[in-house]
Amino acid sequence: MDRQALDYIEMKVPAKAEYVGVVRLTVSGVANRSGYSYDDIEDMKIAVAEACTNVVDHAYQDNGQMAVVCNIYEDRLEIIVSDNGQSFNLQNVKEKLGPIDATKPVEELKEGGLGLFLIDSLMDRVEINGGAGVAIVMTKFLKRDEVEQHDDGVSAANAQNQ
Amino acid sequence: MDLELRTVEGKGRKVLYVGGEIDAHTAPQLKDEIIPLTEEQETKVIVDLTNVNYIDSTGLGVFIGALKSAKNHNSKLELTGLNDRIKRLFSITGLDEVMNIDEDKREEAK
Repeated sequence: MDRQALDYIEMKVPAKAEYVGVVRLTVSGVANRSGYSYDDIEDMKIAVAEACTNVVDHAYQDNGQMAVVCNIYEDRLEIIVSDNGQSFNLQNVKEKLGPIDATKPVEELKEGGLGLFLIDSLMDRVEINGGAGVAIVMTKFLKRDEVEQHDDGVSAANAQNQ
Repeated sequence: MDLELRTVEGKGRKVLYVGGEIDAHTAPQLKDEIIPLTEEQETKVIVDLTNVNYIDSTGLGVFIGALKSAKNHNSKLELTGLNDRIKRLFSITGLDEVMNIDEDKREEAK
């Protein structure tokens, strides 16, 4: 895979709910410009909104910024959402990742926690880096000639279930 | 990017028409509208999502909350008018297994 991004876009917005839509529309425009299909663009819109919502909800006590980077490669789009706020215990979060368990009584269903699971399901490759803040790196491959490209078995399995 | 919310009340049932985008910014508006509807005993609350063109986990969370509230008040929650994208989201998250989703929605909601 080529290492060098063809184009690079960066934006910083306040970590507030009202800016999540701004980021979502920007990424939608970038993905559209790069030739992605309607469904892939919609997937990326949700994934980037989920990442931003996590920053808005968890990163800062007071005001902060979130940075969104789009790296456009020949064969893929890499979207990075990062903050300088509080990190979280990644292992804890990963263990809880999953869809709704329909066998559980309604009372026990959780109203949150689906965000990271959705990101994982909708993108082809996802990396989360902790440290000073959190950075989530989400990649979607550009599909050409209707040939499915997945380097992540989980996402491929999900796509087939649809 | 505001949410349009309109409730039509009938006998034993209420229909909430939602339009626009449901995300972190607008989900609280939806929550404020939908939860009180489910708090009336033995009511059927129908949420018509025909004019919703975007929803993410914040919106799904509101529906989970509404489902719980409806159950606590012996009421029922039903979702109608989901487009293919939104249906897909319910299916990926497994919410379609616990939610009452009306496939044949148009007549029901009118």
